[in-house]
Amino acid sequence: MKKERLVLIGNGMAGMYTIEEILKQEPDRFEITVFGKEPHPNYNRILLSSVLQGDSELEDIVLNDYDWYEEHNITLHAGDEVTRIDTTNKQVESAGGIVCAYDHLIVATGSNPFMPPIPGSDKEGVISFRDIKDTETMIEASKKYEKAAVIGGGLLGLEAARGLLNLNMETEVIHIQDQLMERQLDPNASKMLKRELEGQGMRFHMEKQTEQIFGRKRVQGLHFKDGESLYADLIVIAVGIRPNIKLAENSGIETNRAIVVNDFLETSAPDVYAVGECAEHNGIAYGLVAPLYEQGKILAARLVSKEPAGAGYQGSLTSTKLKVSGVDVFSAGEFGEADDLKSVLVHDDFDGVYKKVNIRDNKVVGAVLFGDTSDSPKLLNLINKKEDISDVGKGLILPSESNAPVESPVADMADEETVCGCNGVCKGDIVSAINDKGLTSVNEIKQHTNASRSCGGCKPLVSDLLNATLGDEASGAEVEPLCGCTDLSHEQVTEEIKTKQLTHTREVMNVLGWKEPEGCSKCRPALNYYLSVSKPKEYEDDYSSRFINERVHANIQNDGTYSVVPRMYGGVTNSEQLRKIADVAEKYEVPLLKMTGGQRIDMLGVKKEDLPSIWGELDMPSGHAYGKSIRTVKTCVGEDFCRFGTQDSIGMGMTIERKYERLNTPHKVKMAVSACPRNCAESGIKDIGIVGLEGHWEMYVGGNGGVDLRGGDLLGKMKSDDELLDSISAFLQYYRESAHYLERTSHWIERVGLDHVKAVVLEDEEARANLIERMEVSLEHKGEDPWKELTYNEKKKQELFEQRKVELV
Amino acid sequence: MNSVDKQKEVAVATVDEITVDIPKEVIIEETSIAIFKTKDDTIFALENKCPHKGGPLSQGIVSGEHVFCPLHDWKISLNDGEAQGPDEGCTASYDTRIENNTVYLLLN
Ligand SMILES: Cc1cc2nc3c(=O)[nH]c(=O)nc-3n(C[C@H](O)[C@H](O)[C@H](O)COP(=O)(O)OP(=O)(O)OC[C@H]3O[C@@H](n4cnc5c(N)ncnc54)[C@H](O)[C@@H]3O)c2cc1C
Ligand code: HEM
Ligand code: SF4
Ligand code: FES
Repeated sequence: MKKERLVLIGNGMAGMYTIEEILKQEPDRFEITVFGKEPHPNYNRILLSSVLQGDSELEDIVLNDYDWYEEHNITLHAGDEVTRIDTTNKQVESAGGIVCAYDHLIVATGSNPFMPPIPGSDKEGVISFRDIKDTETMIEASKKYEKAAVIGGGLLGLEAARGLLNLNMETEVIHIQDQLMERQLDPNASKMLKRELEGQGMRFHMEKQTEQIFGRKRVQGLHFKDGESLYADLIVIAVGIRPNIKLAENSGIETNRAIVVNDFLETSAPDVYAVGECAEHNGIAYGLVAPLYEQGKILAARLVSKEPAGAGYQGSLTSTKLKVSGVDVFSAGEFGEADDLKSVLVHDDFDGVYKKVNIRDNKVVGAVLFGDTSDSPKLLNLINKKEDISDVGKGLILPSESNAPVESPVADMADEETVCGCNGVCKGDIVSAINDKGLTSVNEIKQHTNASRSCGGCKPLVSDLLNATLGDEASGAEVEPLCGCTDLSHEQVTEEIKTKQLTHTREVMNVLGWKEPEGCSKCRPALNYYLSVSKPKEYEDDYSSRFINERVHANIQNDGTYSVVPRMYGGVTNSEQLRKIADVAEKYEVPLLKMTGGQRIDMLGVKKEDLPSIWGELDMPSGHAYGKSIRTVKTCVGEDFCRFGTQDSIGMGMTIERKYERLNTPHKVKMAVSACPRNCAESGIKDIGIVGLEGHWEMYVGGNGGVDLRGGDLLGKMKSDDELLDSISAFLQYYRESAHYLERTSHWIERVGLDHVKAVVLEDEEARANLIERMEVSLEHKGEDPWKELTYNEKKKQELFEQRKVELV
Repeated sequence: MNSVDKQKEVAVATVDEITVDIPKEVIIEETSIAIFKTKDDTIFALENKCPHKGGPLSQGIVSGEHVFCPLHDWKISLNDGEAQGPDEGCTASYDTRIENNTVYLLLN
């Protein structure tokens, strides 16, 4: 029997998804021919944004390569455009001269970017953002030119602008409205988005209408209606899309805004169907991928069953996510204002979080989230289900705002409900992939099913689904690899070091199958640290795996010179130390002497080869100002002199500094002791900050005065000096053993939780005692002062500091 | 042959004087050069100047036949001085020769 001939016009996302769905059910029934205007196999258009932003390569976004078409006996005419549909004789004609007869025809020609009629928009360097060619043009332009302008502050424009910034172009965004993404966001969210993007380096020109694009052959800039102008070497126009319907229109198929289809994607012509952005259903032409997957499924079913069956297509609820790193935005349904809408609002300008849920007649009808989008799956589910929410609390609507553990929305999803809207993957597909293929991480699910591959918005759902499917096995399933040399996480590596009793960095990389056999500058220092914590007695430091500062025990500066910061316990010094520092500074012509914020003196601009002699002459211990180790203990004046002082802050600070100096830690550890709540030593923003009160000490942990300003959390009140020192030991040791390398206490506490740390360090007496004991062992083996050791070790001095002058003869 | 005459050879160190993965800095007529020894005792030489902002490559972490610059972590090939990955730039590299445990640098 002759096969039915199925022809597809448009080798894009909607058309090919439909074909894939058909092949799943009827792999051999049709003889399939595909025409695609673009000279490429079919690819994931939405990932062009990540290609532009440098997160993917073009090869990575191909959905089906040429071999795939061959394997499935599909004839692909790539780079050939269909120019005419003859609905009477049931055949199509292409620009390349091919005439092809069909029994069934799918039109999936997508959209064209809308180019407003601005004079000069035909100049070289003015482009849109739609396909591989546009993306390549932008990447090429960024190599030669510096200034880019994007017209359009919508989703696409902002993604393009972020990409151009990543390509090191100065990027200006021109928007005609007073609000970015006004079609997806309300004014509040929009304002926060703008502020965030400005922080990333985008410059905005709001309420500007472009009147003319000027330049000779190539664009040089644009004039606005209000008389202002802007220079630009590249202009990307992203102001909207128009369904691509010319072909259908010319062939007598009914069109309105787009090609008109019924619930079964049938057009006005017999055996001709339309799907994707070129189709209009119930007056709506969609511009996102989620609807076209739903349409594709229905159309496949229609073609396979020969008859219209079931309820057909009922329209889609769309939601939006902006694919710009560092910005979390979500919007769905009716997000605006209206008299009959009531909203639940969370507006935290300080943390940059905004949540608005719109409710009508006790049903969630729309939402906007900014800054924290973790509730988006739940909300989408509520909007879809139109559930009555009068009995449920806000906790269910915005689970992230309540402390109660909330069941993930995946639990009550049906198998055929879509989890990943971008790639049309439903719950059932994911669950069976997990079970059949034994998948254990979100990453593996992504590779096998495509779920979460595109915008990433469904990752929390996929992760929940993984946990729900695997039960307890899945704990810690999604792992962040330590670095590019391995797939193992920090935890997995430390665990392996322990169980396999590994003892050297090279051994770890070898036994655990590192992809780069010699590692990199990220994993080598981390391994060296983990090994040292695992075996404090035996481990011999691998200093070739240390960053230069820790290798030569000084801080490298931007010109290759070094700084020397000797230790001054508790920030206390005396005339003898000051005299020595002055003498050395003069003798070695140290360019700058400066007080550090850690209450000691920094000698900056020292030549590498002078370091050992300077240390020898100073005869003071290293301040470890360069190390991932205990830095300083700042102290306030305290009870001896200050009229508010309740405790001996200086004495306690010096005791602490002497006890823990030279201890290596995952990242730098800064401490402070103040003698009353006025807190002159700034104990509130230290990794460990102590505040003295009448009769006891308060211990704060996880504070940070740096990039991520964070006030410390009160760990507890310590009734005696000994209890305080024990608590510091237990806390520091737990941090040393369980934090990732290069994770400050502030991030570590956020990750593992303050309550957990309290439970281990203070409440569980056995755990506390063990931590203190292991800390004592580490302190016993922490080694000599490195400056002393290096000053008198001729071999190491030659190896690390010599600068050999060789004469040419 | 002429080309050999034009090349100057200088002895810069013995092989044992250089520690594996700890580069040695030598200065020849104002130019600072970093000499590297890898795990299999191969010797490489690069100008001690990162193509990015001139960071001293002799102070970097050496991983196999690459060095990571101490200032901003560019990855530079010991073979030809080329920056790897997305970064672009090249630092001068020198041929080396070992004879009787002595490392010679070939200069043009
Ligand atoms: C940069 C970018 C980012 C995006 N991000 C997202 C996102 O995060 N989320 C989301 O939901 N959506 C996103 N979209 C939109 C999404 O890509 C589209 O909705 C989707 O690709 C539409 O699929 P389609 O098959 O209808 O059209 P297309 O994928 O455009 O496919 C149509 C194809 O038909 C070809 N064609 C046209 N006419 C002819 C002809 N006469 N003969 C032969 N071939 C022809 C075209 O060349 C094209 O290849 C994004 C779009 C872009 C450009
Ligand atoms: C992430 C941002 C920061 C970086 C990268 C950084 C880096 C450095 C470096 C390189 C030094 C050593 C200077 C030298 O001796 O050459 C230093 C010292 C110091 N920094 Fe920072 N710093 C940061 C943030 C902070 C903040 C926010 C504070 C104060 C709240 C701070 C306080 C200090 C102090 C007190 C010293 C002296 C250290 C000492 O005496 O041991 N730093 N910092
Ligand atoms: S913290 Fe209190 S005790 Fe210490 S110096 Fe300040 S005021 Fe005085
Ligand atoms: S100077 Fe080498 S990475 Fe910047």
